[in-house]
Amino acid sequence: MRLGHGVIALKGIIKRELWRFLRQRERFIAALVRPLVWLFVFAAGFRSTLGIAIIPPYETYILYEVYIAAGLIGMIQLFNGMQSSLSMVYDREMGSMKTLLISPLPRWFLLMGKLLAGTSVSILQAYVFLLIAWFYDIQAPLLGYVTLFPALVLAGLMLGALGMLLSSFIKQLENFAGVMNFVIFPMFFMSTALYPLWKIKESSELLHTLASYNPFSQAVELIRFALYGQFNSYAFVYTLAAFIVFMAVAVWGYNPSKGMMVKKGGGPR
Amino acid sequence: MNKLYLALFLVACTPISVADTLYITLEKDNALAVVDGETGKLLKTVPLGQRPRGIALSKDQSLLYVAASDDDTIQILDINTLKVIGELPSGEDPELFKIHPNGRLLYVSNEDDNIVTVIDLEKKTALAEIAVGVEPEGIAITRDGKWVVNTSETTNMVHWIDPADQRIKENTLVDPRPRAAEFSVNNEWLFVTSEIAGSLSRLDVATKQITGKLHFKIPGVDKELIQPVGVLAHPNNKLLFVALGPANRVAVVDIQLMKVTKYLLVGQRVWNLAFSPDLKRLYTTNGVSNDISIIDVDDLKVTKSIRVGHYPWGIAVK
Repeated sequence: MRLGHGVIALKGIIKRELWRFLRQRERFIAALVRPLVWLFVFAAGFRSTLGIAIIPPYETYILYEVYIAAGLIGMIQLFNGMQSSLSMVYDREMGSMKTLLISPLPRWFLLMGKLLAGTSVSILQAYVFLLIAWFYDIQAPLLGYVTLFPALVLAGLMLGALGMLLSSFIKQLENFAGVMNFVIFPMFFMSTALYPLWKIKESSELLHTLASYNPFSQAVELIRFALYGQFNSYAFVYTLAAFIVFMAVAVWGYNPSKGMMVKKGGGPR
Repeated sequence: MNKLYLALFLVACTPISVADTLYITLEKDNALAVVDGETGKLLKTVPLGQRPRGIALSKDQSLLYVAASDDDTIQILDINTLKVIGELPSGEDPELFKIHPNGRLLYVSNEDDNIVTVIDLEKKTALAEIAVGVEPEGIAITRDGKWVVNTSETTNMVHWIDPADQRIKENTLVDPRPRAAEFSVNNEWLFVTSEIAGSLSRLDVATKQITGKLHFKIPGVDKELIQPVGVLAHPNNKLLFVALGPANRVAVVDIQLMKVTKYLLVGQRVWNLAFSPDLKRLYTTNGVSNDISIIDVDDLKVTKSIRVGHYPWGIAVK
């Protein structure tokens, strides 16, 4: 593979994904409405819930909507990762995936391209969400919006890789509902997106353990700290490791001779 | 060379923040916490008398006065050594006090005796005892020194004292349990917080009548918890900051409109307030959460909350 070819292919994949996203205005609005409803409706009812303890990266007491903002950015990226996996299942059913996978470029590179494309979309969504949140008085230090970017890239890649991994296991589009029930919801609710770990521990030790090992929790914490200009090394290493594992399994899953494609008989022949 | 100029330019453009020191009374620790205002770092803790509450600096800022309520005295501390160098005859259970702009007289309320004691700071003697309403609490003095007011919690009154003869000239009835009072910087208005009513009253100094009233309401916070206490006027004569006690908020009030422009979340049971000398920061003492909060006055944002000791109560800034 020559670098020039790779760049052209990468540009093509990202462009296609961004076009697809921007042309589907409903998808853009839906992707924003979901976290905004959580922010304006759900969080409003718990405004003062967390006003009793200061937890890093916050240096003072915060309202619940400030706490939940990082979790909702994570939610945007989680849903985007799953949405990408849905579109990959769709692509596979429609045959456009075959076109992509039979190109002479390495499979991992193509999948990585898809992943970067999906992540770019989620980052765009996250910043639009933060812009709206700014007017709702959820304002991080200005530098935080810069330091957030690399965190969003890594978190987006990790959640996208998870989606890709799942898409290699999903046979048909209809099975996506199962992903919603068994992956997205448990991942979201059993994480630090809605409540900090100390609060979860108050209610259940088991939930606390599950939440601390949940890679989504670590992605959310990485985002939360980055938004306040701080680096959470544990969350970074955990998210990076999760990304590598998910990506490796996804590449294996999309290998026509070894992976899930063979078992399902759905890969390019 | 260009880089050097650029560096110098950048340094020149950086807003200079004046370092300040906070002196905070710790009601339960019987101590004084000394805190760096800029970093919020606790520098040291110094032992004081029993149940220290009200605190103020002398006019020349060389002395600290601290009301040791359970010792029935006001202690005098040297600001450099932080050692107690004397006492003032405050009367019983001194709590809140203010120093007259002349720097010579100190007015302190004695809650149990229903009096306000006037102390001569040079002679360290009680100059007068003024009988006021039941449970006197807040004290405020106009910047020009013409009026001293005292609020009595149970009588629900503001007593207007003339410092010329130390006599009450007028009384104004206000909402239940008036806690603290503060004059506007132009001496035109007096603001009084009422703990039980959850309100702020604005009184016209010329007529001594109420000209505006505000009831605090915070979405999601029980009305019973909104108990206005400490109040502080910004020298811009536009804003007023009110500590709302167990509501854990500081209200920012537009004094012309008598409207809350913002509620700022701080620690639990916020009690008293003080500005940094450059007016960039506002400090709050939060009794139950054992910390102080630092508010950026320009941005109206709480930037930090720092633990300082048990039951931080009064605050003086140098």
